[in-house]
Amino acid sequence: MSAVRRTIRFKLNGEAVAAEVAPHANLVEVLQGEFGLYGARESCGQGLCGCCTVLVDGHAVSGCLYLAAFADGAEVVTVEHSASEQGLDAVQEAFIETGAFQCGFCTPGFVLMTRQLLAEKPDPSEDEIRHYLSGNLCRCAAYPEIIDAVKLAARRRKTAP
Amino acid sequence: MKRPTQPTETPQVGRSVPRLESQQKVTGRAEYVHNLRLPGMLYGKIFRASVAHGRIRRIDVSAAQAVGGVYRVVTSDDIRTLLPEPYYGPAFHDQPILAIDKVRHVGEPVAVVLASDPHVAEEAAHLIVAEYEELPAVFDEVQAMTSKAIVHETLKPAGTFPDLKHLKGRTNTNVALDFHLRRGDAERALATADHVFEHTFRTQQVMHTPLEPFVSVAEPRESSLTIHTASQSPSFVRIELARLLGWPENRIRVKVPFLGGGFGAKLYVKLEPLVAVLALLTRRPVKISLTMEEQFFTLTKHASTFRIKSGVTKDGRITSRQCEVWWNGGAYADIGPRVTQKSGFTAPGPYDIEHVAIDSYALYTNLPPAGALRGFGIPQLVWAYESHTDLIARALKLDPIEFRRKNILREGRPQATGTPMQDAAIDKVLERLGVLLDWERPFDRGSGTVRRGRGIAIGFKACISPTTSVAMVNVSADGSCIVYCSTVDMGQGSDTAMAQITGEVLNLPTEAISIVHSDTDVTPYDMATLGSRSLFHMGNAVRLAAEDARAKLRALAAEVGLTAETPIADVFRKKYGMQAGNVIGTGSFIPSYTPPDYATGLTPNATPFWMVGGTGAEVEVDTETGHVRVARLVNVADVGTPINPKIVATQLSGAAIMQLGFTLFERMDFDAAGQLRNASLAEYKIPGLLDLPREMVNEAVVAEQRTGPFGAKGVGETGTFGVSPAIANAIEDAVGVRLTSLPLSAEAVYRALRAANGEPLPEE
Repeated sequence: MSAVRRTIRFKLNGEAVAAEVAPHANLVEVLQGEFGLYGARESCGQGLCGCCTVLVDGHAVSGCLYLAAFADGAEVVTVEHSASEQGLDAVQEAFIETGAFQCGFCTPGFVLMTRQLLAEKPDPSEDEIRHYLSGNLCRCAAYPEIIDAVKLAARRRKTAP
Repeated sequence: MKRPTQPTETPQVGRSVPRLESQQKVTGRAEYVHNLRLPGMLYGKIFRASVAHGRIRRIDVSAAQAVGGVYRVVTSDDIRTLLPEPYYGPAFHDQPILAIDKVRHVGEPVAVVLASDPHVAEEAAHLIVAEYEELPAVFDEVQAMTSKAIVHETLKPAGTFPDLKHLKGRTNTNVALDFHLRRGDAERALATADHVFEHTFRTQQVMHTPLEPFVSVAEPRESSLTIHTASQSPSFVRIELARLLGWPENRIRVKVPFLGGGFGAKLYVKLEPLVAVLALLTRRPVKISLTMEEQFFTLTKHASTFRIKSGVTKDGRITSRQCEVWWNGGAYADIGPRVTQKSGFTAPGPYDIEHVAIDSYALYTNLPPAGALRGFGIPQLVWAYESHTDLIARALKLDPIEFRRKNILREGRPQATGTPMQDAAIDKVLERLGVLLDWERPFDRGSGTVRRGRGIAIGFKACISPTTSVAMVNVSADGSCIVYCSTVDMGQGSDTAMAQITGEVLNLPTEAISIVHSDTDVTPYDMATLGSRSLFHMGNAVRLAAEDARAKLRALAAEVGLTAETPIADVFRKKYGMQAGNVIGTGSFIPSYTPPDYATGLTPNATPFWMVGGTGAEVEVDTETGHVRVARLVNVADVGTPINPKIVATQLSGAAIMQLGFTLFERMDFDAAGQLRNASLAEYKIPGLLDLPREMVNEAVVAEQRTGPFGAKGVGETGTFGVSPAIANAIEDAVGVRLTSLPLSAEAVYRALRAANGEPLPEE
């Protein structure tokens, strides 16, 4: 495809970066192809499963539908962020302790959405958890453990110094 | 994560160790084939058939080939320059790598476009034109028995399985396997029974839907091929590619990292022969990643029809049962004939019945192929026999638990094949279900437009046999340990379980043990990761390998004049004068087995172990909409002695929730021409957080599989067994209507309610 490429500049996990992208390239392709970040991954290709979740300017987007060109000037955060900077956060630790994943393919999306949920509602009810995360699918169906993980992370964040 | 390396006296088996790869998975850094990019790699996009059954008149690839950036377009003509007979399959060599002469289902691969940019390949694939002479097609499994539409002109059994040999060269039939079992005289017993009940049940075609779609990469080397693939059966991939290419096994290397779900889809060979020939044709690495839509055309779960007839005494003893099961295998056999036989022989259910007749048929149709899906046919069978059991109990006004109690197979009693039941805690599962459901207490039946009901179901499965697992355990000079095994961790936690077994034998903490993932140049043979067989078979092989390593370490200590208690590092240092050397233990496991007699289906040794699972459901049915809400789902299983109780509980829960989707809403929706109308997650819904039962209980009964590693046996499928019939039984309990076809959708329930009120809705 002989599309005109353009340069976009954005902050990726806290670091200023630039990439040459085709107009049709989506964020997942750019993260994988240009930056070797595979945590956001395409599954359903329709924005319905949440496997491709990426935070753009603090909001979760479906990276498989989000054109990379729109990330120009934005702040982009992927699941790899905290792992590279400060180790595991309370959400990731809670997912491990409660066994909230099996194959792990959907896990990055759940971790990012849980962080966003707890940022908005530090003490969500079970009903709020189910609704907030209902756009993320887990075919291994670790859902009961995911609910436990969110509750545990919420408790931990409250008692954290 | 902390990785302790000091020896431990703490038991490793029975610990709820978090999965060893936990940190990689929560940080998005776990390795999947999906992540792999190789220098010079081409991406393939598949052009697929648009008709269900047709002779290929013409394939025009010129426009696709002319797109800038297209490297090459490949059809079966190109493949046959390399391989004259490019047909594959585990039971039948019936599936062409790309369609040859005919297409047999909508979505069958016909051509492939290769390009360095996957978008270019995709655009070009849309420009391919194929013309077909359409042929009459058959879609229903019962009609396929007598249909004039014949899917395969000649049957081509693979020769691997002795019980398929008689089918070789058969023409003019869609029956890919017929399995028959006769025990006693069911016909005569039915004629003299006090009561006779007959029902027919159906299941729908559904799809595994792993969130990591099928993906394979082939990498050509000087005189060999490396295949990186999301496969549950690396050893089979190597053997089948070696057969197709006429190469020795050691020229093909198959590597498998983690899988993003499998559930039986990623078994045998799927994309591997295609990427292999594409890499050989182009001498470049080739990757094919399917889309979610394409998964629906690759492998599915058998739709089925099951006619079941039972003779019962006045006081509720089942004395005879006839089972006729038709399995809709789709256009290619895949492992369907195995499902027909290996699961077919449990069709009468976990009941002690004197006179049994089973006829089980694998049928070819013009639908996407069907294979194994978390239960290998068992959920379809349990759906029928446990719905039937409930109907009988209701008709005889017997309590459903009491009726089962009277009829279940008890320890030592012969199952339909004649094989005595051993370490199968059917009675414990049934009794525990009753306790967890508070069965004896009064039950709130709801009021107004929301009615409540409850139901139970129990099922069992014989693990497939005979299969082999081989393992190696390597103890290094510092005492650290690596396990080599070809079991694929697709989320079930096998890496962790194998490390726990090794740690238990060698007194090492589980977290200190490394697992080498499947790499057929490195890890020894394993039949496949399927049918809940790995923990038992590979677990036994790993235990034997670890015991072998331990014996060699003790011998080494004795050789250099040290006691068996000496730290391992000191033994090596004394032997080699420095930190050097290693000890390798090996283990190989194949259980004993007696094949069933061809004429009667009987055998004294059908399986190495039985899995037992039961479900209780409490439901709320909205009589105005037909909507069913599962308020409480209780799953009880005999898993032997759990190696990792937490992982066992999550396996039971995950399997039950998956089966909940197959029970309540999942259904591949085909039109009259065999076109699939809902091949995307927008229209094919899988369970999400809002579909969860309000409350779930998952429990393993106290049990031991004496032949298993540390008393354990498989669990991956067990949670699926009872879910569908338990819910159908609960729906009848709530609103008095009986559904005999899956899924139990709101529409189906509402139609049944209207029909029961004498106001049926017109059919679609």
